[in-house]
Amino acid sequence: MTIEVRNLVKTFGSFKALDGVDLKVESGELVALLGPSGSGKTTLLRIVAGLDWPDSGEVLINGEDALAQGARERHVGFVFQHYALFRHMTVFENVAFGLRVQPRAVRKDEAAIRTRVKELLDLVQLDWLADRYPSQLSGGQRQRIALARALAIEPRILLLDEPFGALDAKVRKELRKWLRSLHHEINVTSIFVTHDQEEALEVANRVVVMDKGRIEQIGSPGDVYESPASAFVHGFIGESIELPVQVEGGVIRLGDRPLRLAADGLAPGASKLFVRRHDMLVGPPGSGAFEGAVRHVRNFGPVQRAEVALSGGETIEIDAPRDKELRAGDTVGLEPRRYRIFAGA
Amino acid sequence: MTMQIAHSGPLTSSDERARAREALARDNLRTEPKAVRIVVITIAITFLTVFVVLPLVVVFAHAFSKGIAAYFAALAEPEALAAIRLTLLVAAISVGLNLVFGLVAAWAIAKFDFPGKTFLITLIDLPFSVSPVISGLVFVLLFGAQGYFGGWLRDHDIQILFAVPGIALATTFVTFPFVARALIPLMQEQGTQEEEAAISLGATGLQTFVRVTLPNIKWGVLYGVLLCNARAMGEFGAVSVVSGHIRGETNTMPLLVEILYNEYQFVAAFAIASLLAMLALITLIAKAVLERHLDEGQDANDH
Repeated sequence: MTIEVRNLVKTFGSFKALDGVDLKVESGELVALLGPSGSGKTTLLRIVAGLDWPDSGEVLINGEDALAQGARERHVGFVFQHYALFRHMTVFENVAFGLRVQPRAVRKDEAAIRTRVKELLDLVQLDWLADRYPSQLSGGQRQRIALARALAIEPRILLLDEPFGALDAKVRKELRKWLRSLHHEINVTSIFVTHDQEEALEVANRVVVMDKGRIEQIGSPGDVYESPASAFVHGFIGESIELPVQVEGGVIRLGDRPLRLAADGLAPGASKLFVRRHDMLVGPPGSGAFEGAVRHVRNFGPVQRAEVALSGGETIEIDAPRDKELRAGDTVGLEPRRYRIFAGA
Repeated sequence: MTMQIAHSGPLTSSDERARAREALARDNLRTEPKAVRIVVITIAITFLTVFVVLPLVVVFAHAFSKGIAAYFAALAEPEALAAIRLTLLVAAISVGLNLVFGLVAAWAIAKFDFPGKTFLITLIDLPFSVSPVISGLVFVLLFGAQGYFGGWLRDHDIQILFAVPGIALATTFVTFPFVARALIPLMQEQGTQEEEAAISLGATGLQTFVRVTLPNIKWGVLYGVLLCNARAMGEFGAVSVVSGHIRGETNTMPLLVEILYNEYQFVAAFAIASLLAMLALITLIAKAVLERHLDEGQDANDH
């Protein structure tokens, strides 16, 4: 099943939630919609599900016009951030719901429903919770039940709205891996919304980065990380150092200091220089494009994170390997191993 | 995690310490001197006794002052039986109507956004802020012989004032806010996600309402119905205006109590009054039970 949206526009009052969005999801893909809150990603997902309606544009599911159908007819599995389990029903009845509300003509008999629910609870590895109520489950269990419930109707596509957003960090990581292997197993075309870049990069085949109702970049996790298409994507994905620079006459300036960086092919004017924190190499004073004084250093994990006050006035944070210990008060030279410059202030 | 707690005492002693700390915390919270505490508690209890418990006792004492036989004889009077029947009928009608109106209003307010919503919420409270007498008079103005619809009603031989329809209308008006008021906050808090989930799973609107919405609000509905019923059976002002006080026909229980009292039939008056008092007691108990269920629902909702 493919999903395609064309030129989707949606406004809430004066707020433009979606500002002309085009996206095509191929059959069997697992796509992440990534963006800050208010970027329109949840609105896009809800429109595909039929829970919201666009002001204009098209939604095609498997090539058919989905906007001609209500949410009920679209046969879409939807998983909510806050689970939305039916609180007065047991886990079993929650999962069985989609099977029980089918029209009498196509409804399975009780024995078949039981078998199917059992299968689904096995799939999410929670068959031992069948008789519990949602309030008796942990967050991670609730979300897996919500997923089993959505899968019960054998949906054509699966949509997940911040599925792990309400869970703590450890459970999140486990569920991420689990979701990826589950998707591998059932292979249903899926879109999930997240504001967590790590989640998007780790789980999805393709990542769609959104900001202010527009798509900024579509690409594989590697693409969006290694070659961000815009200043926004660079700043949003990965931990970046962002410096306001001026490009004029083939020279890049930070404040009034020229930087020893190549300016080939750059448009003149105010621009932004982006460097990943770990791409800033530390050397002796005078050795790199920048110079600065180390303010303080925090040691954790595989790197040391240092706050460096550049001689231009800006303060940046860098991640340096721990082989050469940095100390507060050191003066260092910094050379960006890789950097990108985007025009615009 | 690499750090381990090096040594922990036996569980019982740490439990005891926790309890002692709790007790200390409690005492520290009570900053008022003992004398102040005693005075405040005494005032509260005295007030409750004089203004709430005493009247209740007096009602029953008077009702049984001539013995149990007289009490039951008073209740078996045709006039008393008619009043009880009428009260039950009117309560059934107005609770039924308000159940439907209240559900619809709460549904509309909690689940949809539309212009004039705030105005509607304010309007729902109108019956609470208007004197019941005025509420009754409104219906006299509408349906009375000189009223807007009076002529038309007379031509078609329809009796509203001084008959059951008028009493039911006035009671319904006065008790309208109860069900809606009980449901609006509950439904607002529950939001629309479960309904959205149900629809995306293929449920029709009716299936969603019956299987998802209604079970979630049933305790709230019962709570509203209970208070609505208590007020409907006890309503005096509005009903008094529209009833016409036709003996054995349009007197509800509260109206009959007043009439009997004015005729110095104290035992009969207080016998009917004791029924209303018992209704109040049952309502209180049921209310407490329902409130517990509502709290439980809230806990279950706590993700």
